[in-house]
Amino acid sequence: MKIRLEQLTKKFPNRNKKQGEFVIAVNNFNFEIPDGKLIGLLGPSGCGKSTALNLISGLEKPTEGKIFFGDDDVTNLPPENRGVGMVFQNYALYPHLTVQQNIMFPLQNLKGKDKLSKEEMQRRALEAAKLVQIDMLMERKPSELSGGQQQRVAIARALVKMPRVLLLDEPLSNLDARLRLQTREEIRRIQKATKITTIFVTHDQDEAMSISDMIVVMKDGVVHQIGKPQEVYDHPTNLFVATFLGTPSINVFRGRVQDGQLAIGGENVLSVPGVPNRDVICAIRPEGFLLDEKGPFTLGLERMEVMGRDTSVVCTHEDGVSEVIRAIVRTDSVVDEEKETVRFTLIPSKVHLFDPETEEDLPFMA
Amino acid sequence: MFKKNVKAWLYLLPAILFLGVFMVYPLIDVLIYSLEEGYNSASQSYHGVGLFNFSYVLHDPYFLQAVKNTFVLVIVTVPLSTILALFISLGLNSIKPLRHMYQTIYFLPYVTNTLAVGLVFMVLFKKTPYSEGMVNLLLNWFGASSVDFIDGPYWAKMFVLCFYTIWVVLPFKVLILTSALASVDEHLYKAARLDNTPKWRMFTKITLPMISPMVFYLVITGFIGAFKAYSDAVALFGTDLNAAGMNTIVGYVYDMLYGNSGGYPSFASAAALILFAIVLTITCINLLISKKHVHY
Repeated sequence: MKIRLEQLTKKFPNRNKKQGEFVIAVNNFNFEIPDGKLIGLLGPSGCGKSTALNLISGLEKPTEGKIFFGDDDVTNLPPENRGVGMVFQNYALYPHLTVQQNIMFPLQNLKGKDKLSKEEMQRRALEAAKLVQIDMLMERKPSELSGGQQQRVAIARALVKMPRVLLLDEPLSNLDARLRLQTREEIRRIQKATKITTIFVTHDQDEAMSISDMIVVMKDGVVHQIGKPQEVYDHPTNLFVATFLGTPSINVFRGRVQDGQLAIGGENVLSVPGVPNRDVICAIRPEGFLLDEKGPFTLGLERMEVMGRDTSVVCTHEDGVSEVIRAIVRTDSVVDEEKETVRFTLIPSKVHLFDPETEEDLPFMA
Repeated sequence: MFKKNVKAWLYLLPAILFLGVFMVYPLIDVLIYSLEEGYNSASQSYHGVGLFNFSYVLHDPYFLQAVKNTFVLVIVTVPLSTILALFISLGLNSIKPLRHMYQTIYFLPYVTNTLAVGLVFMVLFKKTPYSEGMVNLLLNWFGASSVDFIDGPYWAKMFVLCFYTIWVVLPFKVLILTSALASVDEHLYKAARLDNTPKWRMFTKITLPMISPMVFYLVITGFIGAFKAYSDAVALFGTDLNAAGMNTIVGYVYDMLYGNSGGYPSFASAAALILFAIVLTITCINLLISKKHVHY
């Protein structure tokens, strides 16, 4: 099911009237989610992503704008008639019911011509349970399950009624790190298997990047960028998106473009043709630094951090906006830690320039 | 061993002393009294030991009346007050404006003195040569004839007593149930709503099971409280409850000790032990049922 949002806005009355009449949780959303894709709604805490999800589910009514499922306008449809399955952050399993009863609960609500026989319900519940691999736990109560298992039950319950859209609100935040990795693969697998359009909300960019077909980056109720994870990572439209995506996060410097040369701290570090002479904010991905004894960019050497897979060179720079500069280099790189400075060459595609005022991207020919 | 624990015992001493003097000793004494036949409190003498006191009490028409009254009171007021409280709490939970005001109003009876409330009920229900009483005026207005609720037929008096009891116990139950309802995770309702769950099913399949521990707590304490009813009857019908036919078991115990027909600690003890046996049995049954139906 394709989902289209048109000028979707949600305002909440502000409790502290001094800060304005309304808090705008979702501000003028206009985008389309293609059918059968997994979409990550990504943003820092309090940016309105859960509100956006609640609007799509119908649990919240929009202040303005429209929501379409396919060609149906569902804006005024109550949540129960939208055919959405939702997994809540705390799973919201019925604690007094067994796994099987939990999964069957939505089916037992079907009335009239959709009414199912008991055998049919049990068959469908088992099918959903098998999909999320909890079919051997059907007689347990939620309190007898681990967090990951509860999560699966919640997904099975959302899937069993074959929803048109599956919504996941911070589905992984209650799991430990290892389980999180495992479960996100699981969500990806289930989504691929069912081909149900799925939207999930997360503040964890790793999570969103790794499994989404498309990510929507938002902040303060405003969508900043929509696109394939790699595209958004490689071509952030503004400074916020650039800093929000990627771990370790992008390194930000104050710089100046003069005669097609990017200067940071008096050194011409990169040639950036096509940008007029001006002050810029320059953001460089950690993997954009190449160790080079004759490189143009000199940084103060702080220490080396060994991570196993690769090595971080932790540096400082007087024009750095970020407190420390982190460059990721290969583990076999040789850096003389006795020295006070280290020199790099930059990879042009990993360098992004932004307007210091608007923080919008300034493209240059690499 | 003892030396090591001597400090602990020392700390426990005040509690043990008080409990011993005011709880354990009287309990044993009650048991002894109940078995001493023909005990005379003036001479502190008795003829023999046996179960005659129990037999006397169980054949005393006043006691049987008291048992009947108590059971009627329990059977009528406990379920009714619990169900009423449940509906009021559900109502309170679903309204937003003026909710705190309503909560306060519903809680007022709890902080009001029993005897004062009794007086109010007298005014409402009592028929005197000078006035018919508020309720009777209402009845007349609807075309029914007056009923003497305080000195009249048994059912009328019982009605007033039950009405009064429900009114008095309601606030506490409403308080407990509103907080129980408020503590149910709202996500459960959201999830159920997305699954197109009918309102009634949400209530029976989610709300009730989630608050079942509190409901059973109220039922059990309600049973115990109703079995121990006494002051309510006094507030409405005066101290001579036997004459009014509205005595309760606790009232009977009191009368046997200090009332006009009093001075029989043996009979009082026997009646008290019978009450204890009844309450214990009912509570055990309650607990057995609750094991089956209460979740967690």
